[in-house]
Amino acid sequence: MKEKLEQIKLEVLKQIEQSDTLEKLNEIRINQLGKKGALTEILKGMKDVTPEERPKIGQLVNDVRIEIETILEDTKVKLEALVMEAKLRNEVIDVTLPANKSKKGHRHPNTIAMEEVERIFIGMGYEVVEGPEVETDYYNFEALNIPADHPAKDEQDTFYINGDILLRTQTSGTQVHEMEKGKLPIRMIAPGRVFRSDEVDATHSPSFHQIEGLVIDKHITFADLKGTLAEFAKELFGEDTKVKFRPHHFNFTEPSAEVDVTCFKCGGSGCRFCKGTGWIEILGCGMVHPNVLKMSGINPEEYSGFAFGMGLERIALLKYEIDDMRLLYENDVRFLKQF
Amino acid sequence: MNTALSWIKAYVPDLNIGDQEYTDAMTLTGTKVETYERMDKNLEKIYIGQIEAIEKHPDADKLIVCQLNLGFSKLQIVTGANNVKVGDKVPVVIDGGKVAGGHDGTKPENGIVIKNGKLRGIESFGMLCSIDELGCEKAMFPDAPENGIYILPQDATIGDDAVEYLGLKDTVFEYEVTSNRVDCYSVIGIAREAAATFQTPFLKPVVQVKETEQKIEDFLTVEVLDTDLCPRYCARVCTNIKIGPSPSWMQKRLRASGIRPINNLVDITNYVMEEYGQPMHAFDYETVSDKKIIVKRAVDGEEFETLDGVTRKLDSEILMICDGQKYIGIAGIMGGENSKITEDVKTVVFESATFIGANIRKSAKRIGVRTDASGKFEKGLDPRNAEEAINRACQLIEELGCGEVVSGMIDITVPLKELVKIPFSADRINQILGTQIEKETMISIFERLELCYINDEEVIEIPSFRQDLEGIADLAEEVARFYGYDKIPTTLPSGEATTGKLPFHLRVEEKAKDVAEFCGFSQGMCYSFESPKVFDKLLIPMDSELRKTVTISNPLGEDFSIMRTISLNGMLTSLATNYNRRNKDVRLYEFGNVYLPKEVPLKQLPDERMQFTLGMYGEGDFFTMKGVIEEFFETIGMFEKITYNPNAGKPFLHPGRQAEISYKDTVVGYLGEVHPQVLKNYDLGTKSYVAVLDMPSILPFASFERKFVGIAKYPAVLRDISMVVPKEILVGQIEEVIQQRGGKYLEHYELFDLYEGSQIKEGFKSVAYSISFRGKDKTLEEGDITQAMKKILNGLEALNIELRQ
Repeated sequence: MKEKLEQIKLEVLKQIEQSDTLEKLNEIRINQLGKKGALTEILKGMKDVTPEERPKIGQLVNDVRIEIETILEDTKVKLEALVMEAKLRNEVIDVTLPANKSKKGHRHPNTIAMEEVERIFIGMGYEVVEGPEVETDYYNFEALNIPADHPAKDEQDTFYINGDILLRTQTSGTQVHEMEKGKLPIRMIAPGRVFRSDEVDATHSPSFHQIEGLVIDKHITFADLKGTLAEFAKELFGEDTKVKFRPHHFNFTEPSAEVDVTCFKCGGSGCRFCKGTGWIEILGCGMVHPNVLKMSGINPEEYSGFAFGMGLERIALLKYEIDDMRLLYENDVRFLKQF
Repeated sequence: MNTALSWIKAYVPDLNIGDQEYTDAMTLTGTKVETYERMDKNLEKIYIGQIEAIEKHPDADKLIVCQLNLGFSKLQIVTGANNVKVGDKVPVVIDGGKVAGGHDGTKPENGIVIKNGKLRGIESFGMLCSIDELGCEKAMFPDAPENGIYILPQDATIGDDAVEYLGLKDTVFEYEVTSNRVDCYSVIGIAREAAATFQTPFLKPVVQVKETEQKIEDFLTVEVLDTDLCPRYCARVCTNIKIGPSPSWMQKRLRASGIRPINNLVDITNYVMEEYGQPMHAFDYETVSDKKIIVKRAVDGEEFETLDGVTRKLDSEILMICDGQKYIGIAGIMGGENSKITEDVKTVVFESATFIGANIRKSAKRIGVRTDASGKFEKGLDPRNAEEAINRACQLIEELGCGEVVSGMIDITVPLKELVKIPFSADRINQILGTQIEKETMISIFERLELCYINDEEVIEIPSFRQDLEGIADLAEEVARFYGYDKIPTTLPSGEATTGKLPFHLRVEEKAKDVAEFCGFSQGMCYSFESPKVFDKLLIPMDSELRKTVTISNPLGEDFSIMRTISLNGMLTSLATNYNRRNKDVRLYEFGNVYLPKEVPLKQLPDERMQFTLGMYGEGDFFTMKGVIEEFFETIGMFEKITYNPNAGKPFLHPGRQAEISYKDTVVGYLGEVHPQVLKNYDLGTKSYVAVLDMPSILPFASFERKFVGIAKYPAVLRDISMVVPKEILVGQIEEVIQQRGGKYLEHYELFDLYEGSQIKEGFKSVAYSISFRGKDKTLEEGDITQAMKKILNGLEALNIELRQ
């Protein structure tokens, strides 16, 4: 009996070893361990065994059965792993095939630059405001200390609708609208479209954008203006950016300055962007002229402030190395998609 | 303003500084140097030589062989020039030297190196130079020949450096003078700033006029009738005028400033104009009728011939200089042909006046001529400067042997303004600047600028040439400029904190941009002004309100003459640009205003309305565009039903493929397929779709508020209905019925089939909807739904819709 069991065991193990699919393995299970299997047959033959022997034989049969089941299970796990491996091997894809991107649109480079500037100033507590593009002479000139007959009016090549109404030449008028509201302190920036009668070419456009900034409070100093714009320049052009303030003249500020930043292409060593100087002019600024404060109903003895203004296109062109301003208004998607 | 550094140094003698250092320092104190150029750039080893002998070249007809004496050596030079003779002194460049230009006027960046060589077999040890080869403009040297070598005056010393002799060892600086600094449009003004910048003495010319015993009253009377346009008129008379060339030092300075030397008299007036910033005019005394000058306005419609030979049309706002009988000059702009100085002039009348700048500016514009003089006058000159300048001119006339000066000056002037005194407070200036500068430092800065501190009044007295200084803020700038902008500390504003924010309407715009880009649209930018022809291109009827525009009175041209009242032209133009550049599947959006006048002609500011304009061609159709709009509305919290009225009445859109968009009974925009004729007008060869949303109409409905409504706990019940619908009924009408009659359990409805064809009877279409109902707090029972469905079906029946069995 013992020998028979041993023989069955060897036979089954051989069969298991030879099976290479899960189906074959299952067949073995049914043939050997099932109701008609060899082991069951032996158990059926127990009636011919003496009662003393029966537990022993039973134990022996059971041991063999457990041994076979264990090996069957192990083999099954191995075979399953092989199947999975084969399946995965079959499913290999060429990962270098083109990506399937959603066709997202793009912001205009001007808007990107504008939002960047807005983000910086909003972070410093400034509110974004807007003013009218078709404006009165008063807000565009007179209230900014540019009286009638002032040559500065000619310098700006204004488009007029009639004697009193014009297309604003600068966003500075928004300062006045804001001051007239009478709510102090003020920290605002005013982005917007402005117009000057320049013929279209690579560096000029009769319509472009400016961002104006204004701070009015008690005890605002020129040092505050310097600090604010230095922070701004670092945020916009990088931590290592230095600023240089040069005296200049604007009617609505006194003292006034033009601000250069270290060239963000060469870092100040001189390149074609900065024409070898290492510096790039980016904005004009100054302390709000006492006449401007007075005209807007603010007491210059009590309050002071600073204002600054910059051309958005200039910043966008420099930042993205765009060499022709006309590209900004052509709206060729091959241009727009680069931003 | 261009000036040679040597001229500045004439008044700031201790100035001893490199070009770049000078540039940087001047720029930082506010006199911005735009560029500078060494006049001796690429001029090396050029000496004064004398021609001792000339022989013909044995083998070349057009060449000659010259023997040159350079003092330190003697050279043989072969030249093709034919204007030299023995004894001439000429500039000679020797072996290894450099000239700046070719005789054809070209100027290579690194100049031209000259080497010994042979010309047709004869040795040549250098080159004789023409004025072009010396890098100079021929026009600036009246004595230079049209072709040939520049022959130097006989006083030139053989062997000396010719470049130095010609005054080219110098640098010309170009300054950008700001419009407030009228005084700096003069050499004296710049020199004063330079002296203050480098803290070194400033020595103004000492003006003393040696006069004859004759009295001006015996020569001339002056009357100013329109003092409102001419606050000051100074006149002097010079006799025994001898016209000839001006001295070389004067010519050199004028040339460096870009002024061509002509003769001593003209050069002196130009020189003083540069030096003092005061234009002057000289009349030939013999041509002045009745020995009388009258300053008065012209009469409308009259004409006058200016000294350039052009006849100018006059009007009653143009100020004229007249003699007893006629006009002899246009004040501040240009003299007359009839009184111009000729070579034979014996006696001249000098005029040095102050005219009102704005009037000169406008007059010059109307007449159509802008001269050096008018350019200076229009800035508004200091009346006190007029007197000093005319005396300086007379001094030069006398000193340079150009003539004799009659004693006395006729001076017609309104009372000169008293000098401005600005109360001085060092504390206040420090408050403005955020500095702690000592009072003494400030006062010393003022003194450098000739601003006078008056101790007992605690004021600063402002000299008349500084018309730009009016108040303490101006003084603060003067202090800051010379203390150094770079030395002022950097701080951040203290005080009350403020909230940084983007206003609501800009937040909505930002969302619109995000949605448009998400849907594949890129942002374009279009001009606000366009051509009135746009309306024809867009098929807009003649009587349309859109044709009432804000019109620019001085546009760049008709194509940019009206402010747009509709945003489509820019979009269609941009789509066409892309189409004609073969770009596929283009989607663009734009944010920009339209400008709607409240009345024409404009009396008040127009209504500026921000338009969100979308345009596309290629992939997608009407419903793609509709999807973008709905996506946007949902993003900004507009969840209610949007109505599309097919009768939008837009002439530029396909009549059967356009819709007016309404939200809560307010029209907020439109969309549609572009009319084929309009496509043709824009040269756009493919179907295109546009949508325009009027942002001010949308804003009241926009909201970023959201409320969580809970996720449904109870199951939904679905009912599908299939209908046979008269063709003219819109699915929108069916949806309206479902919406209005669906009751409180109606959750959602969705079109799932639409069919027109052979299986449906003529004039009808088949439409199928899936409607879902759901209870918030219970599982719906059959009865709940039956009732709602019954109501819906009744409503549909009223539209002549049949249920399909």
